[in-house]
Amino acid sequence: MILAIKRIIRTGFVNFWRNGFVSTSSVVVMSITLFVIGSLIFVNEMLDSSLNLLKDKVDINAYFTIDAPEESILAVKSTLEQLDEVEKVTYISREEAEIRFRERHKDKEIEIQALNELGTNPLLASLSIKAKDPSYYERINNFLQSDESTVSQDGVPIVAKVNFNDNKTAIEKLQKVIHGIETFGLAVSIVLIVVSIVIVFNTIRMTIYISREEISVMRLVGASDAYIRGPFVFAGIMTGLISATITLVAFYPLAIWLGPGTQEFFGEFNLFVYYTQNFGEMFLIIMSSGAFLGALSSFLAVKKYLRI
Amino acid sequence: MIYFDNVSKHYTDNSVALHEVTLSVAPGEFVSIVGHSGAGKTTLLKLLLAEEHPTQGAVYFHSTDIHQLRRAHLTKYRRRIGTVFQDFRLLPNRTTYENIAFAMEAAGRLDDEINADVPHVLDLVDLGDKMWNFPHELSGGERQRVGIARAIVNQPDVIIADEPTGNLDPINTYEIVQILKKINDLGTTVVLTTHNKGVIDSLGKRVITMDSGRIVRDDATGRYVL
Repeated sequence: MILAIKRIIRTGFVNFWRNGFVSTSSVVVMSITLFVIGSLIFVNEMLDSSLNLLKDKVDINAYFTIDAPEESILAVKSTLEQLDEVEKVTYISREEAEIRFRERHKDKEIEIQALNELGTNPLLASLSIKAKDPSYYERINNFLQSDESTVSQDGVPIVAKVNFNDNKTAIEKLQKVIHGIETFGLAVSIVLIVVSIVIVFNTIRMTIYISREEISVMRLVGASDAYIRGPFVFAGIMTGLISATITLVAFYPLAIWLGPGTQEFFGEFNLFVYYTQNFGEMFLIIMSSGAFLGALSSFLAVKKYLRI
Repeated sequence: MIYFDNVSKHYTDNSVALHEVTLSVAPGEFVSIVGHSGAGKTTLLKLLLAEEHPTQGAVYFHSTDIHQLRRAHLTKYRRRIGTVFQDFRLLPNRTTYENIAFAMEAAGRLDDEINADVPHVLDLVDLGDKMWNFPHELSGGERQRVGIARAIVNQPDVIIADEPTGNLDPINTYEIVQILKKINDLGTTVVLTTHNKGVIDSLGKRVITMDSGRIVRDDATGRYVL
C-alpha cells in the first residue's frame, strides 16, 4: 500500500514535470479560476461591509413629551431593549440634546441666539433605536405607538413623535436595494464559479485526453484502476496547489494597490487589511478549492478512458 | 491452455468480425495466425485480452471464462499475458527503463526486483545501453524490442504479438522473430499474427489461416498459404 502510494506520487510528479507545457496551461487556467473565486469572496465582503455601514446609519428616534419623567423614558428603553428586533437603544436626555444642538450649530449664531433667548430648553428627550434589520422598524414603531409603557399614569401618551414615517420611504427603498444587491451578487457569483469550474474541468480533461493511449496501454499490461488513476489525480492536486499558491501571491500586491482605494470608496473596508487579517481563511479556501477541483476533474476525466 | 469455444463477434448487424471460431492452444506452443486485413486476427487477440467481449461463445484461459472475470481479477489475468503491439504502444514520457518498470510496478513487484530484473531483461533484447532513452530517441526495431522486454518482464504464461514486425524492415523483423523464438524455447506460449510470408515460412511452426472471420486452415507445421 505504502509502496503503491509512493509510486503514485512519484509518477504523478514526474508526469507533471515532463508534460511541462500542458501542465503550465492547466496551472494558468486553474489560477484564473481560483482568482475569480478569491475575487468573489473579496467583492462579497466589500458589499457586505458597505451594506452593513448603510444599515448602521438607519435608525429611528422616539421623542418624548416635554414633561415625560426620565424614569418612564428609561422604562420604555428597557422594555425596548428586551425586544428581539432591537439591537441598541440610546437615551438622549433633554440636557444632552441641548449640548448636541449647540455643538452642531456652533458656527451658526442665529440658532444659538434663538436658543439663548428662549431661556428654557425646548428640546425633547429621545430614544435613538437601532433595529437588527431595517425590516423591523415598522414593528418597533407600532410597539412605540401602542405599548402601555409608553403611556403615563394618567393615560396620556409620553411619546410625542416617532420619526419612522419620515424615514419610512428611505428605509423601505434601502431594504429593497440591499436585498437586490445580495440576490444579484449571489447569482453572479454562482454563474462565475460554475463557468470557471467548467473551464478547469475541460482543461484537465484535455490534458488527460492526450494520455488516453497511455491509459489503455496501462490497462493492457495489467495495471489496476486505482494505480492508473492515482498519478493523474495526484498531478491534478499538484496543479491545484501550485495555482492556489500563485493566486494567493498575486492577491498580495493587488490588495496593497487596491487597499486605500477600497477604503475611500467603501468607508470601513480596506482590502489589504481584510486580506492580511483573514489570510488563514483565504489560504484554506483557495488551497482546498484548487486541490479539490484538480483531483475531481482528473478523477472524472480518467474514468472515461478506463473502460477497457 | 487457451480455448475459443464457438466464438462469434459482430460489431454491427452487417459486420461480422469472427464467425463460430473454435480453437485451442497448448502450453509452450508457438502459434501463428495469418490472413488478409479484416480476416479477424486482431479481433481474436482482442477477445483473448478481454479488450472486446464475444457476441456468442466463450474464451477460456486455464478453464476460466475470461469474460466472466470481475475487473480486479481481469487485471491479474492480464498480468499473466504479455502483449506486443504493431505500433509498440510505449509510454512516450517514460524512458526505456521506466516503460518496463511500469509493467512490474503495475504487477505490484518490489523495487529490489525491479532494479534487478529490468536491466536483465533489457540485456536479453540487447538494449542495455538505451536504458535511459525516451521512445522517440529509439529506432522502430529498438522500440519493438522495448515492447517485447515489457511483455516478458513479468514472466507471463503467454505472449501475444499482434503483427509485431508490421512496421519494421527485414533485418529488424528477423531479429524480433528470433527473440520471440527464444522466448518460446524457454517455455512461454507465443501467439503471433502476421502478414509476413517470410516470417511464417522461416518459423516452421503451427499456422492458423483465417478468412472473413473463419478459420480456413490449421496446419501443425504450416506455411503461409493464402
